[in-house]
Amino acid sequence: MLVQTHEYCSVPSQDHDYGMEDYGKGVARWCPGCGGHSILTTVQRVCKDMQYEPEKTVVVSGIGCSGRFPHYMGTYGFHGLHGRAFPVASGVKFRRPDLNVFVVTGDGDCCSIGAAHWVHAIRYNMKMVALLFDNGIYGLTKKQTSPTSPLGTHSNTHPRGSVLPPINPIQTTLGLANVSFVAQTVDWNSAHLYATIRKAAEHPGLAFVRIVQRCPAFMRDLYGDIAVNPKNLILLSHENGINLKPKARKAFGRVIEHDPSNIHKAREHAEINNGIPIGLLYQNTDNARYDEYGAHNLGMGVEEKKQNLECLLDQYTTSNSV
Amino acid sequence: MDYIVSSDILNEGDRIKPRKIKQAIVEIVSDSGEGAQKCGQSFGAISAKMGNGVWTVEIIPAEIQPPARSREGASGIRVRIGSDKVTNMGNHADLVIALNEQVVYGRIRQDAYNGNTLMFIENKWAKSEQETIRQQYSEALLKFKELGIKVVEIPMEEECLKLMPDPRKGKNMWILGLLSYMYDRDIPKAEDQIRRIFKKKTDAVIDLNIKLLHAGYDWARENLPFRYEVTPMDVDNDMVVMNGNEALSMGIMASGIELCSMYPITPATSVSHHLAENFERVGGIVHQAEDEISAIGFAIGASFAGKPAVTVTSGPGLALKTEFIGLAVMAEIPLVIIDVQRGGPSTGLPTKVEQSDLLAAIYGEAGDAPKIVLAAATIEECFHFVVLARKLAESFRTPVILLSDANLATGVQPFPRPKIDPLWLTNPIDQSPWKDGAGPFEWDENTGTSKRPIPGQKGGMYTVTGLAHGKTGKVAYDPEINQASVESRSRKIASFQKSLKPPKINGDPEGDILLVGWGSTLGAIEEAVADARAEGLKVSSLHLRFLFPIVPGLVDIFNRFKKVITVEINYSDTLGHPMITQENRRYAQLAWLLRAKTHMDIDCFSNVYGQPLNPEKVLKMIKSELKIENSEVKG
Repeated sequence: MLVQTHEYCSVPSQDHDYGMEDYGKGVARWCPGCGGHSILTTVQRVCKDMQYEPEKTVVVSGIGCSGRFPHYMGTYGFHGLHGRAFPVASGVKFRRPDLNVFVVTGDGDCCSIGAAHWVHAIRYNMKMVALLFDNGIYGLTKKQTSPTSPLGTHSNTHPRGSVLPPINPIQTTLGLANVSFVAQTVDWNSAHLYATIRKAAEHPGLAFVRIVQRCPAFMRDLYGDIAVNPKNLILLSHENGINLKPKARKAFGRVIEHDPSNIHKAREHAEINNGIPIGLLYQNTDNARYDEYGAHNLGMGVEEKKQNLECLLDQYTTSNSV
Repeated sequence: MDYIVSSDILNEGDRIKPRKIKQAIVEIVSDSGEGAQKCGQSFGAISAKMGNGVWTVEIIPAEIQPPARSREGASGIRVRIGSDKVTNMGNHADLVIALNEQVVYGRIRQDAYNGNTLMFIENKWAKSEQETIRQQYSEALLKFKELGIKVVEIPMEEECLKLMPDPRKGKNMWILGLLSYMYDRDIPKAEDQIRRIFKKKTDAVIDLNIKLLHAGYDWARENLPFRYEVTPMDVDNDMVVMNGNEALSMGIMASGIELCSMYPITPATSVSHHLAENFERVGGIVHQAEDEISAIGFAIGASFAGKPAVTVTSGPGLALKTEFIGLAVMAEIPLVIIDVQRGGPSTGLPTKVEQSDLLAAIYGEAGDAPKIVLAAATIEECFHFVVLARKLAESFRTPVILLSDANLATGVQPFPRPKIDPLWLTNPIDQSPWKDGAGPFEWDENTGTSKRPIPGQKGGMYTVTGLAHGKTGKVAYDPEINQASVESRSRKIASFQKSLKPPKINGDPEGDILLVGWGSTLGAIEEAVADARAEGLKVSSLHLRFLFPIVPGLVDIFNRFKKVITVEINYSDTLGHPMITQENRRYAQLAWLLRAKTHMDIDCFSNVYGQPLNPEKVLKMIKSELKIENSEVKG
């Protein structure tokens, strides 16, 4: 059956109560202790709580450990090319405003091979949730330096320690044109992780979430101290920020009040280096959205298309009254 | 005027009666920015609207504003009009209008003129304040005359100055007026054309250009003692006139594609200009991506989501897109990729024609990535092949590469107005529930084809992956599954090939030489074959549109000829050089392909001068192959 675009419905159907099982598929094959597991469960919970129709949800990933994510989701998925999750996801969303789109990308995927697309995806600001799984190392190819590896990281490509300072993904994203949502969270605090992704899913634009993620296989020490000592996490708190229950707030030793509408302060906090600032750094719901441009003329019927095409052809048609 | 051959003068009272001619080749060459192309395209469009056959070729420098009066910066256009259908640029120009003498040199080197060429040249340089210019001018005129060109100095600047202070931007319409008189063009049509090309300008600009048109016309009437008429054809059906890139754009719109995702690249970009102007009127949209890779990724994403998409590029862009093309093959996502070829490798000759992307299009990806590759041979095919490409992409769930080239891109030719079929415009979105339990790649044993679920379809939720996968779409490294899935993707292409018919032969089905071409060389090859056959030579030709998979029946056809030669605009080694042997000789790309496919000793005639092929060169080659000593051919 051919259905015209304007006939499909973007309102969630009320005749189905989706449960966690509707968003899962197969068994995740990440290493035990990998941060991917908790992120997967959290995304599934957010989908369930938002009651996203699985068939109207698309998870797009690149290549790397994070790239396997869509295979474990009970939704539509697109496990594409290294670094190219953003272009594919943008293409999916451009003419299908009815779809819920997630982008799953890693530090190598987003900040290295796909950096050009990251810059422009932020600028396009299409409504989707972009999750940066940042474990500071190339895991799937077995321990090469990533652009976010701390200076001096010993890896198979830099056995004597890496020589360049790392990219700070949130600082970079906050410097990009038309940025509308930047948050940071960690894989091991499930309450904050959930609240952040939930907030991202509700954002009208591209919500960029950097998830500081542990890699037990290759970067055991990177976030070791921080994970065991919650004092190293700095909670950015605000009534317009990530909504945490009071009990969950107690896990944080340090709290900074931060208004997410203040981009200058956000950039300052992004540079904190004596701990990890987590929370909503910046949000602006008024930015231009490229998906609105993409969808502005959807749904023209065949007859109208044909008529307008004939008018166009008229301009090129020669008269034969010679 | 002593340059006029007496037979050209046909006085009828005080009015000159036009002499009937079958065809005319006119060139306008100038510095970049003087509007030569606008003038030539208008002359072509007016002629087409009068019912003449037309073919135009633009001469474009790579820079936007090269230095004035430089030989490399020559910008211009050739327009060939005829009483019959015109399929190529022809051989030597009958008339060249030159805005300075320096820009002519390059065209002379390209053998564009001969002893029958008449040249109208801007005479202001003779009075230049700079001595070097005066000298260059007089030297050039002597040289042109030595070559047999009949040179006439024309006061273009002087005449235009009567209407405007800076004739640099106005001379082109004055020349259009002169040409309109000289070739007896319809003046109201010329005025309409001016209104059309300046539709975004003020009325004052339009008025001025119409005045210039009339001034050129009047000047010619008073000063030229001759006039021609190229009788138009009788055509019953409506014709449309456009260039190849406009035809691609119209084809995209008519094919039901609703997204063009592109990155600017010469000579493909004007497709997206045309689309950007018109696409939204027919429910489509252009996305200008951040790079070539993103452009195709975006198109693939849209197509995955059920929205037919195209990406338009040229050679360097095709190279960047290869990884994504491989993914589209692997994940079986329909996609149309248009490659308007230019000279390569690397940045190469951005504005010049070449047919060097054939093997890259067929074999460019890592791994085994069979897909469909088509090549348009005419402006008309630029339109219809997009419609075909989308249909094939969806029927066979595969990327389809459609090859065009820089010659077709800017060439203008009239063709029958397409009849839009509403079926072309339907959307592939199927939102009915997916068959329960069916995998996303249930390959048909026989045909290798399968049905794809589209996001929104209940029960079809699957994950596309570029990793090896089986019918269920799940990642599978099992050796049997990989063998079977690669086989299925290959089988689709074979089953499409089964539906193709052997190509038609132009000329007798047997003979001494069969020329085989593809793409924009069709007209030049067929004209050369017609000329050869008129001289009694046993030469035929055939032209391939389906390059991969290749059309059936070629061995049978080739066997009926003593020699088979491909004619292509790409590189091949010429035998005769001491380093080149039968063993190490590199063949032109189609010849390479056909040799592999047919196991036959197929020769090739190819070069990379960045020029469209002309019939004379092909005819010369035919004669030299047939060892005909006197290879003198008429111009």
